[in-house]
Amino acid sequence: MSDDGLVLLQLHEPGETPVPHQDEAGLAVGIDLGTTNSVVAFSFDTEVEVLKDENGKALIPSVVHYKDDGSVVVGREAREAILESPDHVVSSIKRLMGRGLEDVKSLAGTLPYEVEVPPEGGMVRLRVAGRTLTPVAISAHILMAIKDRAEQSMLGKAVTRAVITVPAYFDDAARTATKDAARLADIEVLRLVNEPTAAALAYGLDNSVEGLYAVYDLGGGTFDISILKMEKGVFQVKATGGDAVLGGDDIDHAVAEHFLAQRQAGAAITAGEVKQALMTARVAKECLTGRQSGEWMIELDGIASRHSLTRDELEKLAAPFVDRTIDICRGVVEDAGIDVSDIQGVVLVGGSTRMPLVRKRVAEFFGLEPLSNINPDEVVAVGAALQAEALTRGSDTLLLDVTPLSLGIETMGGIVEKVIPRNTPIPVAMAQEFTTYQDGQTAMAIHVLQVEREMVDQCRSLARFVLRGIPPMAAGAARIRVTFQVDADGLLSVTAREQTTGHEARIEVKPSYGLSDDEITSMLKDSFTHASEDAFRRALREAQVEAQRLVEAVQSALKEDAHLLSMLEHAHVESCLTKLQSVLLGDDRRAIDAAMDALSKGTAEFAARRMNQSVQRALAGKKVEEI
Amino acid sequence: MTASIATAAASVVPCWSCKGPVAARALFCSVCGAVQGPGTIDHFSRLGLQPTFDIDLDLLEKQYFGFQRRLHPDRFAAKSAKERALSQSQATALNEAYETLKDPLKRAAYVLDLKGHKVDLTACGTINDPQLLMEQMEKREAIADADSVETITKLSAEADTEVIACQCHISAAINAGELDEAVHLTIRLKYLAKLAEEARTKKTRMTRALR
Ligand SMILES: [Zn+2]
Repeated sequence: MSDDGLVLLQLHEPGETPVPHQDEAGLAVGIDLGTTNSVVAFSFDTEVEVLKDENGKALIPSVVHYKDDGSVVVGREAREAILESPDHVVSSIKRLMGRGLEDVKSLAGTLPYEVEVPPEGGMVRLRVAGRTLTPVAISAHILMAIKDRAEQSMLGKAVTRAVITVPAYFDDAARTATKDAARLADIEVLRLVNEPTAAALAYGLDNSVEGLYAVYDLGGGTFDISILKMEKGVFQVKATGGDAVLGGDDIDHAVAEHFLAQRQAGAAITAGEVKQALMTARVAKECLTGRQSGEWMIELDGIASRHSLTRDELEKLAAPFVDRTIDICRGVVEDAGIDVSDIQGVVLVGGSTRMPLVRKRVAEFFGLEPLSNINPDEVVAVGAALQAEALTRGSDTLLLDVTPLSLGIETMGGIVEKVIPRNTPIPVAMAQEFTTYQDGQTAMAIHVLQVEREMVDQCRSLARFVLRGIPPMAAGAARIRVTFQVDADGLLSVTAREQTTGHEARIEVKPSYGLSDDEITSMLKDSFTHASEDAFRRALREAQVEAQRLVEAVQSALKEDAHLLSMLEHAHVESCLTKLQSVLLGDDRRAIDAAMDALSKGTAEFAARRMNQSVQRALAGKKVEEI
Repeated sequence: MTASIATAAASVVPCWSCKGPVAARALFCSVCGAVQGPGTIDHFSRLGLQPTFDIDLDLLEKQYFGFQRRLHPDRFAAKSAKERALSQSQATALNEAYETLKDPLKRAAYVLDLKGHKVDLTACGTINDPQLLMEQMEKREAIADADSVETITKLSAEADTEVIACQCHISAAINAGELDEAVHLTIRLKYLAKLAEEARTKKTRMTRALR
């Protein structure tokens, strides 16, 4: 271990105890896991460094090459392999995170790989190089490469924890999939932070801005717009909106289609041609940021074709997508209950905001020249790194985020009942009561939805479950309370219970597009050997944190109330303490549990006396007052 | 004597972490520093505010931020599972309190609820009050018929004014102890707020169409 590494880890907030074995917990980084590119950054004392490769490049293309020899390559090299072996290379996998059959249908034709949906439903799978892979596994490969990059940059120090950003508009299934991917890559997710919120954090801390700000985030595959109130270290999201499948990629596809139509190659367009056209489109789009026109060549299968494109033509192709983002902005401004003129600044995030057309439209809509003094490709990772530091070393900043989508339940007749409206601050718990509609009904089907419209078929199904064991009653007599809970990562859990009889039928659900715990475990065993000790190590760490907490609690109690113990009793508590401290840093979880148990038992009488003493004191206080 | 023991005992509860006494409403244990559960207190007390309909919204926000700074799960990311769970419950309770008190309609219903007068805001659709029903129907028609930006702008401004006037009336009724009247006005506020929103949406749509 290098001296540098040690210094980094010994610093902590004054008065705050470091978590035991923090050096073994590893460093915490911020990761922007993007559709097109990913970025990783590290913050120390709010000085952020974007971690670069040996060529000084910060962007890691989110592209994975599955080679025939079984090896996996991620990044620039993988992107270069797209042309030679298009069917071995996967890009833009973020678009499929947490997606099911329905979503894939709507993306049909825009995905450059073969997609299959398991007959039992659930998450889609990709056929790549003769393998069947889930989007979660592919994302995990990208995350492992990011982790490697970070560890190399940090002088070989282990990087095990991260704040990972997700589009604000990512739903529960996509968030869960992202967390699962991190788990496969052996990265502990400290928090999922919404991309616009992370960008706001980077801007706010850097420029000490105050007031209402809009963050316009157009990435490769996703669009987000958030309106935040920023003041003295508080970042409060007022409203957020977006489209999880709208981004710069769509513009690339439009341009590629334009090129392919010009090319008029053989009857059937090959996968290779599509990929090459897409690459050419991307290059053309980037070139036309600085120029008015250009000419490009597509050469494949012995056919070469020339394609010219002007900026005007590009903008005509891109306009429908940009217009859609502005429409979404309008809705979000309305949701925030403000007027466009109340907004004091607009921050641009995402590589696609480099397009002059985007800047022009955004400036027109908000009536403001947008800010982009932090590199739009890096700003999200910078914010994530700041938050990773805040979560591990403490901070005064506060991120208050909201639910991007309304969540509800299907009731009788296909009507949707909203339980949590969109833009509700998280964490949140809200409940709604339902009743039975038949005499003697003992079970009730509950269908959890992400609400877009008033009708079920226009909403996305998140989970279905059945609450059983309802005592038979007359129709309408049972009171079934369904509680939705969204945590600080934006993840939903649902519980239901029958209220009237005290008989509790309770069930917790996870979204249907996620992978089951069994699937994750078997994936961990199969191909991610490195992460196989993951569950064990995490449980051990949790036990260590818990043991440390108990040690400190007993020590504080002794400092306050040791006089309540006889010398013998005191000595016994001390010996239990010493025993726990001696096993606390080891890796024997059973020994830790046993020592914790012994300490708890050994202090039970002490605790009772402390409680008793406080009652006596309270009574004495009362008496004094009464006199 | 037994009664006073019970009172004294109720004001302190055992800290889940060090098992010693901690004041029932304390956020943190004074001995071991562990975060405590949110307990069941009213939204005003939770945010350290006087229980009144006429709250200072800036103060509400300031208090909310202040409590979230100490209790938000982001402050407990490196702590034990139990502390993380408790902070999530605390932050959830703060959010509920803030969301309830921020909105005049929810706040009015909540204040009346605390005073023992239930206002059912979720009961949708049916208006029991024929006069209110008539008035709402007329206004809704007027909004639907509005065919110029001037008309809808005027209707929208009127609707906003009525919302504010109704809030003032609720405040006066509560302060005068006329709680039945306040309940009646709160239901009225619900429909007025809905109308104002409809008018605003239509106004935005019509203004946009013009551009
Ligand atoms: Zn304590």
